[in-house]
Amino acid sequence: MYPFIARRLLATIPVLVIVAVLVFLLLRLTPGDPAAILAGDAASRDQITQIRVSLGLDKPIVVQFGIWVSHLLHGDLGESFYFKIKVADLIAQRLEPTLALATLTILVAVLVAVPLGTLAAWRFGGWLDRALMGFSVLGFSIPVFVLAYLLIWLVSLKLGWLPVQGYRRLADGFWPFLRHLILPSLTLSVIYIALIARVTRASVVEALGEDYIRTARAKGLHESRVLVAHALANAAVPIVTVIGIGVALLIGGVVVTESVYAIPGLGRLTVDAVLARDFPTIQGVILFFSLVYVVVNVLVDLSYVFLDPRIRY
Amino acid sequence: MDAEALSVEAADVRHHESAWRRLRRSWSVRLGGAVLALLVATALAAPWLGTVDPTLFDADSRDLVPGSMGQITTLEGDTIPHRFIMGSDSFGRDIYSRVIYGTRVSLSVGLLAALLALAFGVLAGLAAGYLRWLDGVLMRFMDGLMAIPAILIAIALVALWRASLPTVIVAIAIPEIPRVTRLVRSLVLSIREEPYVEAAVSLGTPSWKIMFKHILPNTMAPIIVQGTYICASAILLEAILSFLGVGLPPDIPTWGNIMAEGRVQFVEFPHNVFFPGLFLAVTVLAVNILGDGLRDTLDPKMARRL
Amino acid sequence: MISFRKAAVLAATLAALGVAAGAPAAEKVLRVVPHSNLAVLDPIWTTAYITRNHGYMIYDTLFGTDASSHIKPQMVDTWQMSKDGKTWTFKLRKGLAFHDGAPVTSEDVVASLKRWGARDTMGQQLMTFVEAMETPAPDTFVMKLKEPCGFVLEALGKPSSNVPFIMPKRVAETDPFKQIDDYTGSGPYIFEKDEFKPGDKAVYVKNTKYVPRKEPASGTAGGKHVYVDRVELNLALRDPQAQVNALAKGEVDIIERPAFESYAQLRQTKGVEIVNRDPLGFQYMCRFNALWPPFDKPAIRRAALAAFNQEAFLKAQVGVKEYYHSCPSMFTCNTPYASAAGSDIMAKSNMKKARELLKASGYDGTPVVLMKPTDLAAIQKLPDVAAQLMRQAGFKVDLQAMDWNTLVGRRAKKDPPAQGGWNMFCTAWVAPDIWSPLNNAALDAKGEKASWFGWPNDPKIEELKAQFARELDLNKRKKLAAEIQAEAFAYGTHAPLGEYINPVAVRKGVSGLVQGPGDFYWNVKKD
Repeated sequence: MYPFIARRLLATIPVLVIVAVLVFLLLRLTPGDPAAILAGDAASRDQITQIRVSLGLDKPIVVQFGIWVSHLLHGDLGESFYFKIKVADLIAQRLEPTLALATLTILVAVLVAVPLGTLAAWRFGGWLDRALMGFSVLGFSIPVFVLAYLLIWLVSLKLGWLPVQGYRRLADGFWPFLRHLILPSLTLSVIYIALIARVTRASVVEALGEDYIRTARAKGLHESRVLVAHALANAAVPIVTVIGIGVALLIGGVVVTESVYAIPGLGRLTVDAVLARDFPTIQGVILFFSLVYVVVNVLVDLSYVFLDPRIRY
Repeated sequence: MDAEALSVEAADVRHHESAWRRLRRSWSVRLGGAVLALLVATALAAPWLGTVDPTLFDADSRDLVPGSMGQITTLEGDTIPHRFIMGSDSFGRDIYSRVIYGTRVSLSVGLLAALLALAFGVLAGLAAGYLRWLDGVLMRFMDGLMAIPAILIAIALVALWRASLPTVIVAIAIPEIPRVTRLVRSLVLSIREEPYVEAAVSLGTPSWKIMFKHILPNTMAPIIVQGTYICASAILLEAILSFLGVGLPPDIPTWGNIMAEGRVQFVEFPHNVFFPGLFLAVTVLAVNILGDGLRDTLDPKMARRL
Repeated sequence: MISFRKAAVLAATLAALGVAAGAPAAEKVLRVVPHSNLAVLDPIWTTAYITRNHGYMIYDTLFGTDASSHIKPQMVDTWQMSKDGKTWTFKLRKGLAFHDGAPVTSEDVVASLKRWGARDTMGQQLMTFVEAMETPAPDTFVMKLKEPCGFVLEALGKPSSNVPFIMPKRVAETDPFKQIDDYTGSGPYIFEKDEFKPGDKAVYVKNTKYVPRKEPASGTAGGKHVYVDRVELNLALRDPQAQVNALAKGEVDIIERPAFESYAQLRQTKGVEIVNRDPLGFQYMCRFNALWPPFDKPAIRRAALAAFNQEAFLKAQVGVKEYYHSCPSMFTCNTPYASAAGSDIMAKSNMKKARELLKASGYDGTPVVLMKPTDLAAIQKLPDVAAQLMRQAGFKVDLQAMDWNTLVGRRAKKDPPAQGGWNMFCTAWVAPDIWSPLNNAALDAKGEKASWFGWPNDPKIEELKAQFARELDLNKRKKLAAEIQAEAFAYGTHAPLGEYINPVAVRKGVSGLVQGPGDFYWNVKKD
């Protein structure tokens, strides 16, 4: 098992290097002086010169990349010229809301989607199945922000149940924290529910066709036990895989949701940074999100060891 | 015994069902296709559908509710009466004309982004699947590109270049390339094991000829299916970029732009968000339904997976 | 005795742990949605209004400007001008202290004025008159002038950007072109540096040691009494509809600048009031770039002026009839120097005349690069209106959308429009920043040396302004101001596009908002 873990971890290194190269090239391949772009429009000549020296822009591009990566490895993502603080600190400040929103969204999505998908597979072709498939196509098609406004209008303004915007830190109490997150997570989870429910349904349908299910049924096991202990357990790997892949989708959703609900997280930071053309921050956010994506998918791969008894390393 | 008989029967039913479902699915091809055809016709015929220039406005006609009469000032300075069937925005521009002209933008972004992603993805996938020496490097590169969330690549590229129709299309297409590449590569790897390809190789047919003559045609079905999904997500992503204020310039009537401007008065005048939102959702829905239908009829193997 | 002591210790411990339930509940917090994002914290380094307002929270000023535009002493107790008008002596009032406890001395004042004088337009002009600033006593400073100057108090009591805020000497000695990082002031609030999260929130707490003046608060003058414990700026809430929703639900107390589109809904919202705290409001303008074709020719600029009519701009941009009015003057209407001199070119909508003027001017169809900011709701429709009107007059217009930050960077560029430069942009000014020829940046006509963008080159305007600066008599000053304005219209420096107010929306129960050109939170009570 340990060689497998080691191999999987080693395999992420080339991916991370490529991400770093791409983010690095993003700026270098754009016409114009990278130092001037990084410094922002309001920068003075001195500031631009300072950035040029610290990035080694007068040196060959390979050396520049080396300098840049060594900064990265020291946790130095540069300084945001719009927010006037270190990008690494900025990301740290904005991490909590995004982490909370993403976690709650995944939790909601899994709790709703897995049972729904399983039931749909059990009654394959039935009304629940058809309704779920219809809902999932709809879930993929309705824009997140349209959904967000509908929910705000209905739940917050008409019914007055939940706050319309904002974020409370966990340190300010659990209930206020949760109350502010319910609507955003609900908004964000719809597309995720659609995705996970579909995969769950497909995997369970496939598992139900296998011989061991027939054996289990033949043994006279209760249907619910067949469904959960056998079919669903064997469908766990694709479900976990899709959760991992879906993180990319989630990050996209976070950018929109945080903007609509005024949540001061990383998604909101991304939009602010783009509007202000704050490239150090844009680079930092992209690197950070990509790292998260890679790490989550490594964890997903590692979880196979526990989820699928057939996989032995 | 009884249990065994029952389960066989169930399997039979499932078989029949699946045939029935396939029929129903081709119905979804027809539905999705019909809605899309209607939208394409709308986009092409935009100037003849009772619209006015979507950028013209008259402040005297601002914030009209759907169906009201108002006026529009032309570039020649003449003021003409006009019925705002979907209401007007806070400039006094005609929402109906803007939504109809917006169809052009959304459809061309979806179509062109999908074509672009497919073109590059297919080339890269063929190369990776067929040229062993390129495979490792190319696929690591694609893994890296895939690790960056699509919306972030698009946002960053649009911010770096100036937002215009071509830059937005390219920015949306780039993050879709790795998925196509992966798909095509895996198809190539399985097809090249087929006897007829091996036969061609042993006859000394050049690689490029094998690729384009024998392998490419056999990958078409899944590629077309993938293309429709890319089209749907490209349309959505363009709307999201516009909505966040980082997409196409606001004087270009796109559904995302109309909604971005309308959200300021969403509670009072929901028509600003409602009509473009409806068009957007229906379009994406139609493309997705079409994609599902195509997948089930063209590519039953994939249909079982999702 | 002992038990009392024990209880006190216990209470202190509990309070330290944050357990004492009574304390936080009693705290009065004013939650504000500011008009823009607070990013820069140095009010001398930038002219951004949000940073100016931040400055007023934590710093104090020598003089203030009251609601009726009169200069009143603030940190200064008494002052006198010598008979020859060349020596000014100021005495500070008692009890002034910085947040760290150190008293405010004349040395702090002189250092602060020097830093301000290096950056601010009016400060720079004042410094050309100043020969020396001396500190004969800790509470007294003297300003020696080369020749008499008509605007000493006007400059020191300047209510808007850049405001001569008084900082501790150690802070004021920072290079004027570098930002400060120590936010110690002597104003009515203390900035909580640790709680500041850019793009999220900024927090100010009451300065309990602040000694307000006796006079009632008015504008930036008078007693700055603080009735709340904390002011929190919500920097994350930028979506206009979300702001309205949050105010309706009582999640915030004040929206400083609601979108114009939001007022109709705000008026119908229970528990919300609309209060105008700035009667003079703002003036819109579109600025021409005099360096490049087509606007390098006065005749073409005047053709554009003739095409514009203020009503069209105001109706599209503001829309709420009670909130706008046209104003023929380049100086804020209803202030001393306002007049209609020279404004007949744009008095009435006259498209026919505009077309004739454009034809006669020899316009060759060079497109006008017009910059439109997409993220500033209060001005973002002006360029669309300008584009439509100019197209109707026969101009070719290239409307380019960008965010305000990019626009601010680009308008400073003197390059040709095709290579990253520009021809025109539109903006808004708060009354005190344009109500006099001396601080109206759009009337700086020193060509490429001009401090503001567009670089008009008209020696006659500069000559008239020099006379104005030396003139002490108000009536003669008014006449000079009218002459300056007439010349500016003839030259076509910029197009004034009318005036508007942008009232704040507050929760009922919040009262005592100070009138003035900025959003200040002294004197404000919350039930």
